Amino acid sequence: MKNLVILGAGTSGTMMANHLVSKLPKKEWQITIVDQYKTHYYQPGFLFLPFDIYNENQVKKVGKKFIPKGVNYVQKKIEQIFPKENKVELEDETLNYDILIVATGCKIAPQETEGMKGENWHKSVFDFYTFEGSLALRNKLRDWKGGKMVVHFTEMPIKCPVAPLEFVFLADSYFTKKGMRDKVDLTYVTPLGGAFTKPKATAALSHLMKEKNIKVVTDFNIERVDNEKNQIVDYADTTVDFDLLVTVPTNMGDEVIERSGMGDDLNFVPTHHNTLQSIDNENIFVIGDATNVPASKAGSVAHFASETLTDNILLYIEGKPLKEEFDGHANCFIETGKNKALLIDFNYKFEPLEGTFPIAGIGPLKLLKESIFNHWGKLAFRWIYWNMLLKGIPIPMVSRNMSLKGKKIN
Amino acid sequence: MDLNIAGIRLDVTEDGYLTDLSQWNKEIAIEIAKENGIELTDKHWEVLYWIQDQVKNDVALSVRGIKKSGVLDIKEFYELFPGGPLKISTKIAGVPKPKSCI
Ligand SMILES: Cc1cc2nc3c(=O)[nH]c(=O)nc-3n(C[C@H](O)[C@H](O)[C@H](O)COP(=O)(O)OP(=O)(O)OC[C@H]3O[C@@H](n4cnc5c(N)ncnc54)[C@H](O)[C@@H]3O)c2cc1C
Repeated sequence: MKNLVILGAGTSGTMMANHLVSKLPKKEWQITIVDQYKTHYYQPGFLFLPFDIYNENQVKKVGKKFIPKGVNYVQKKIEQIFPKENKVELEDETLNYDILIVATGCKIAPQETEGMKGENWHKSVFDFYTFEGSLALRNKLRDWKGGKMVVHFTEMPIKCPVAPLEFVFLADSYFTKKGMRDKVDLTYVTPLGGAFTKPKATAALSHLMKEKNIKVVTDFNIERVDNEKNQIVDYADTTVDFDLLVTVPTNMGDEVIERSGMGDDLNFVPTHHNTLQSIDNENIFVIGDATNVPASKAGSVAHFASETLTDNILLYIEGKPLKEEFDGHANCFIETGKNKALLIDFNYKFEPLEGTFPIAGIGPLKLLKESIFNHWGKLAFRWIYWNMLLKGIPIPMVSRNMSLKGKKIN
Repeated sequence: MDLNIAGIRLDVTEDGYLTDLSQWNKEIAIEIAKENGIELTDKHWEVLYWIQDQVKNDVALSVRGIKKSGVLDIKEFYELFPGGPLKISTKIAGVPKPKSCI
């Protein structure tokens, strides 16, 4: 019997278990998946939870429910990977593997910024990238009387890079609906050169910030959070005052990657951009937020990657060359508030372009333009996530590689 | 888009970043630096080569990464490339500027 071990039962690991269970002969291969937590969170829902658009129960389910029969599910902490010995040490047992899939994701690391996880953490300094942070923020917002709200992210890469922008748009809507928009001063703070950084998106979307009366502070590289003065301070000594700070801390791969000596500075595993094989070990593959590939860290990206990776694992087993197929395809809805959203579709090579999706010239979804239909798409994504994505079911008409059909290139 | 620098035609993005590092050379760097009001010193070159290495190794560039680089500290980085140090240094180094997906 040979062993294929999947580390992490989040979006990517769960998808891989579902893909592979029907593809690998049961008599020859035992598939095992390991995760430390019982709960599988729908992380995109953390954006909506603070605004009472979703409740707690809509963003979490028991993870095991999504692991197919025939796959051995182990709920334990992973202590260390020993790539040279083909084994993984868990809390209290050791697993041997023939093939390893690393899908341990990434998470926030507020401790990387001085003062961020200080006395005001989850009191006036919040994250919304964890269930706890998002929930604490909801409770805060329910009776917040207004003041300066600063929405900030520390540095790239972060998962779902558009989430902080969406957050500030939804905040504008939320306070408007509550009849208190005039009491809230909204500022968006970014380390990058602008709220939008790609030429086409900048041209199409820059007006949104003005329209919604959101101030933008660019090129802000945070050094520390000053918990006495309620300011964020950057390396050039510029400061931004806040009453309520909503920040996305540095994102890092799990410590197990560091303990195993397999990652870069941010604990991301060096991975081939197009095959998803790890650079250092031929029987280790990496998928989702755990990789260092220059694609967006998003569930949709992991979905497309999982199709290529499934093929490549089968090719690897047969001793054939791997497909250099994965193109960094991402397909993401971006909430812009007031029940509208944008849709972007892009890959390593092509920035988000205007056009129609998925059917050229027809749509019904519009790329890089606000529409109510796109907002429905974003809300439908939750259903798609639980019922199709995790189960590895292809999304109709949306192919793993990005298509240029229906897109305006110039 | 293309741009003429130091007598060479270069492929650049709409905001003037090289799209092909292999077209980069020292003269080009000196020209881009000049446009940004910077006279390149030995320290600048050390930083520029370090940035190129990071990019070749798929390491995301950030100011925090600079702190860990051992090449220079953040104060020096701001002094060498005043304004937006990452934005400007990447332009001179001929690599993409740090960006998001939109
Ligand atoms: C606020 C927010 C909004 C988002 N919005 C969108 C969106 O609109 N669209 C979209 O496509 N994506 C979105 N994403 C991104 C998406 O959720 C992630 O990209 C996706 O979940 C990545 O899947 P993954 O399997 O790589 O990592 P994860 O789903 O995070 O799974 C990693 C798993 O590994 C386990 N693990 C890690 N280390 C260990 C260890 N040492 N021992 C045991 N278990 C371990 C963890 O417990 C976890 O279950 C959003 C994310 C956030 C935070």
